[in-house]
Order: sequence, then C-alpha cells, then structure tokens
Amino acid sequence: MKKLALKELESLFAAIAAQQTLYLPQDDAAGQAQFAAWKEGAARSRRLNTARSAKDLFFPQVENLAGFKREGKSIEIFETREDVRPFTVFGVRACDARSFEILDKVFLKAPVDTFYASRREMGTVITLACTKPDETCFCRSFGIDPANPAGDVSCWMDEETLYWQANTAKGETLTSELPMLEDGGEEAVKAQQEKLHVILEKLPLAQLDLSKVGAGETEALFNRPEWKSLSESCLGCGTCTFVCPTCQCYDVQEFNTGKTVRRFRCWDSCMYSDFTKMSAGQPRPTQLERFRQRFMHKLVYFPDNNDGQFGCVGCGRCLQKCPIHMNIVKVIKTMGGGDDAK
Amino acid sequence: MQGVKEKALELLASGKAQRVLGWKTGEFFYDLTPGVFESAEEVEREFEYGVFAGANLSKYCIAESKKDGVTAVFLKPCDAYSFVQLLKEYKVKREKFYIVGVQCDGMCDMEKIRAAGISGATAVSEDGDTLKISTIYGEETMKKSDALLLKCKTCKSKKLVIFDELLGEQGEDCPESHRFDEVERLERLSPEERFSFWRGELSRCIRCNACRNVCPACTCETCVFDNHNLGTDNKAAASDFEENFFHIIRAFHVTSRCTDCGECSRVCPQHIPLHLLNRKFIKDTNELYGAYQAGADLESRPPLMDFRKDDCEPSVVYERGGAKG
Repeated sequence: MKKLALKELESLFAAIAAQQTLYLPQDDAAGQAQFAAWKEGAARSRRLNTARSAKDLFFPQVENLAGFKREGKSIEIFETREDVRPFTVFGVRACDARSFEILDKVFLKAPVDTFYASRREMGTVITLACTKPDETCFCRSFGIDPANPAGDVSCWMDEETLYWQANTAKGETLTSELPMLEDGGEEAVKAQQEKLHVILEKLPLAQLDLSKVGAGETEALFNRPEWKSLSESCLGCGTCTFVCPTCQCYDVQEFNTGKTVRRFRCWDSCMYSDFTKMSAGQPRPTQLERFRQRFMHKLVYFPDNNDGQFGCVGCGRCLQKCPIHMNIVKVIKTMGGGDDAK
Repeated sequence: MQGVKEKALELLASGKAQRVLGWKTGEFFYDLTPGVFESAEEVEREFEYGVFAGANLSKYCIAESKKDGVTAVFLKPCDAYSFVQLLKEYKVKREKFYIVGVQCDGMCDMEKIRAAGISGATAVSEDGDTLKISTIYGEETMKKSDALLLKCKTCKSKKLVIFDELLGEQGEDCPESHRFDEVERLERLSPEERFSFWRGELSRCIRCNACRNVCPACTCETCVFDNHNLGTDNKAAASDFEENFFHIIRAFHVTSRCTDCGECSRVCPQHIPLHLLNRKFIKDTNELYGAYQAGADLESRPPLMDFRKDDCEPSVVYERGGAKG
C-alpha cells in the first residue's frame, strides 16, 4: 500500500493528467458532482457521488457507429469511430466499480462490443472508498463493500492522507509512474474500514431482503397484481434509466446529414413508449409492462442469465432522482423483501 | 396540514368519491409518491401528506377523468391552477372530480437538504421555521425557508382557484414573490452572455423527458419529439444544440398555458432552471398582451389563442431591441 499527503494531491492529479485525460468528480454549475476532465486548479467535489454515473465514460449516451455514402448504385461504408486515447477516472465509488462488472457481462460477451471494449481497455479506474454513505445507499445488499472498492487502484481518504492500493497490472503501471507515492498506510485504512462497517449496519436499507427476487422468479413475480399500483404514477420519463450505472439498453438510429448517413446509437429507456417498438407494434403497450420490464430485468432476467448476479448495485441514484419517488427498493419490498414487507 | 388523511377516509366512506388521488408514504420521510387509493384500508396504511408532498397531482387527473365514478383529488394552490387550465383545454371533466383544496405553506426539497451537506437523513420534524433532521450521523437543523422547493420560494399565489371543499384558509396572490427577478437579471445580460448562460445550463440535459412528462401543459398524445412518422423524433442527446431547441420549443408550446407550477425544474435530475424559460415567456406575455395568469379562471382566453386588434405586431421583436434585424 502507498500513501500521499492530501496537500500533495494536486501534484498527483497533475502527474496523471500529464500522461492522459484524468476525470474526477467536480461540482457543476448547479452544484451537483459530475465526472469532468481535470484541469489545473480544478476542485474535487465533496459530494458522496456523482449525479450521472461513471458508466458514461465507457458507454457514452450517444456515439457514432458507422457512416454511409451513396454514389450511383454503390454504397460506401466508412469508419466514424473516434480514436480512444488512454484515460483515467479517479473517485469512482464501489457501487459504480461493480457496475463495470455487470456491463462487461453484457458488452464483452461474444460478439464483443468493440466500442465499449476499447474504452475499458484504455481506461484506468481509481476507486475511492466511502466514509459517509447516504440513507439511500444499499450496495451491501449486493455484496459490495464500500470500504473496499474494486478497480485498477483502490483509494481511501481521511482528513490528511490519501491511501493507494494497486489491484491490477494497469494499476501497477500507473503507480510506478507516480514517484510522489510513499509506502505505508495499512493501519489507517484498516481503522477507516472498521469504522465504515459500523456505519453500514445503521443504514436504513441495511436489511433489504432480496430472497423473493432473483433468478428463477419470473413465474412468481410476472403476474403479481402489485405492478399496477407500483407503475400507476410512473411518468414514463427516462430519469431512472439514464442515471443508472447498469442500464445498458440502447437504440440504433440513422441520421441523414444530406450528403451521408450517420448510424449512431443512443441510450434508450424501457420506460419510453417506443422502446423495442417493431413493425408489428409495441410489445409493451402500457406503462405497467414497461415499468415491470425495468425491474424484472434487473431483479430476475439478468440474474437468470448471469449466475444469479443482480443488475443493480445499490447506488441509490434512482431513489434520489425519480420525479415521483418510485424506485427499485419500493419494488423489492412490495414483492416481499425487507423488514416491513406488506 | 392536519386533516388531509381524515378527509380522504371521509370521502370514501360517504361515497362522495369512489377513489382518492393523493400521496403515498415512502421508504423515507421525504419520498412520497402520487397514488390512487380505493379503500379505507389503503388510505390508513399508505396515505401521507406533509411538507414533502411537492408533486402536482393535476396531470394524473387526465387519466382519472377517464375512469367511472368520481375521484377525490387534493390540490394545493399551484396544482389548482394547473387543474383549471386542464379543464379549459377539455383534458379533464369537472363532474369527475371532488376537489379538496389544501392550503400550503411551501413544500420542501430533499435535494436542497442534501446540498446543505446533510446526509443519512432518517426523520424530520418541524419546529416553527426550523427543520430538525435526524440522521445516522446525528441531529441536524436547517431553516425551512432554505429547504423549500424552488417553486415555493417564489410562490405566485396561495389562492385556491378551484375547489369543492377547502382545508385551511383561502389564500391570496403573492405579488411580492419576486418570481421574475432572475428573468430580469438574465434580461440585463448582453445577448452573448445570455446565450452562453443558456448554452451552459442546457448542455447538462440528458434528454430524460422528465420535464415534459411531468408538465400539466404537455398533454399531446404523441409529442412531436416522439413522432417517428413525422421524422421529428429524437431520442439522442445528439448535439447539445438540439437539446436547446427541445427546451425552447417546449417553452413556446406551453406559452400562455403554463401556469408556472414549477414542476419542470423540480423534477430535472440535472437541476436545469427550466422554469426560467417559462417565466420569461410569461413576463413577455404580460408585457405585450396585458397581465395574464394561466389557469386563474375558466373564462379568459389565453393571449396566444386570442386575437385583438390592438395586439402587438411582429416588429415588436426589433422594437424591444432583442435582435439585430
């Protein structure tokens, strides 16, 4: 393990940024934390987590896939792929770090999504352990330890010091290029971890029970009458899906520039009325079916196809951001999980 | 406000309403969800009203209006303006609703409480103008006025413009709300500065459509931005400039129908001050066509859906000095 006095943090960021783009949470004009490229003097956000997730850096909301140009009777297909340069993300929380594992299972399975793969290959993830989780946090329910986040490098921070632990070859390489890091810090990190584990027990969602959802529960849950009241006030907006670190559905569309055609993909939302709409129509005609799709996907279908792993990391963004405060925790509890199951 | 839940029970028991549209209790103290209650048991178990009942229930009335029987709905003053506007546009039927007007002292915003650095909140109580917030890290206090939703800080009126029954006192307009102050500040900027302000704000848009979907004035069955057959749909946040147009066109479309209920800014996950676009159009409409409040009455015609011989001419754009020909 390595460590660095916090007053030297700027020099660490500068050293990384001299080699590649460094993203870290910074407060935007509205005061929310967002991942943004570091520039000299940029202040690191003190917020617990970013409003948008770290997913955006690996799976951007919009990206070009290919271009087409017609000349006479022939169509030329040309590359529109942007060159992905090495980059580093600092300050990813344990929940978002786990989301990469989930996204990898979708995008890196054959046929590999080369757009996502190139960003995963070029990106180095430096995580930061939590010290003051919010009441909306429930990553523990998914076996995530926010005191011991994954990533190429794991970091911890107290009032005076940054602690640094490389976990992968990529992390080791980065560490070797940062001479300001000194050895030590194990004891301080251990103490901080113990302190956080005590706090985690006090979180209101600490006892969230997932035993009624998960792989194999389609028949038990699909026709439950509660979907009606759960989905009744859903506005059908895409907020939950767009702030979610694991939502990965996208639409492929074409845009006619007049001279050429651009094929691009953009995030889609199962909450939208045209989601997976086909020539035969919309397979999920009302908001009930769309709403059910989102939660069944995360809580049942994804586990079905991925050895029981849930498609949620408990980051709590949908709890904080849904305009009408409907969310995955309310769904889990209504379906029979949790201490006050109805 | 006392008596809201009791009123819901009473209306169901007396048969005055077959269902109640209100707010359901949440996981925490602040995450109330709009919901429909059909039995006394449901109301007893889940109905909750308090300072976090910020959601405007009027838009849900469009769906409730199609159901058989009568729906009892609780409307705060700002929600009531939206309801009247929906009535004027024939989106809801008056006879389908028993309206309980609920007086309101302003609703709180959990995002404001979080922004003040308070995390791990588990309970809240009101002590005069102070919110006492219990957290897993200890007790915190905050002035209620600092935790108010943006729309409540600049409340235009506490008058309930429609109701069958009133809980609390009838209120009055709030001429000292200063709701146009921020618009005036933007008007004083140079066109370049203003352009840059809006480009910055709107660049954060993630095109989630929450503002549109929550808006009581956005009642098109298929939005032009979703209409694939027309070729005007766009799901991508493809260029930030296009997002700018989405918001500006939407603001134009609701001009003189927007009651300034403030829901667009309340729900924006990226905290874009969308209400300022609407307020700019309200302010301009007031200046060009005379003071007008959408949703204040059932009779008046919205200025942009009316024609009077003394209406301003298009050249007013140049006369007001906003553009250079």
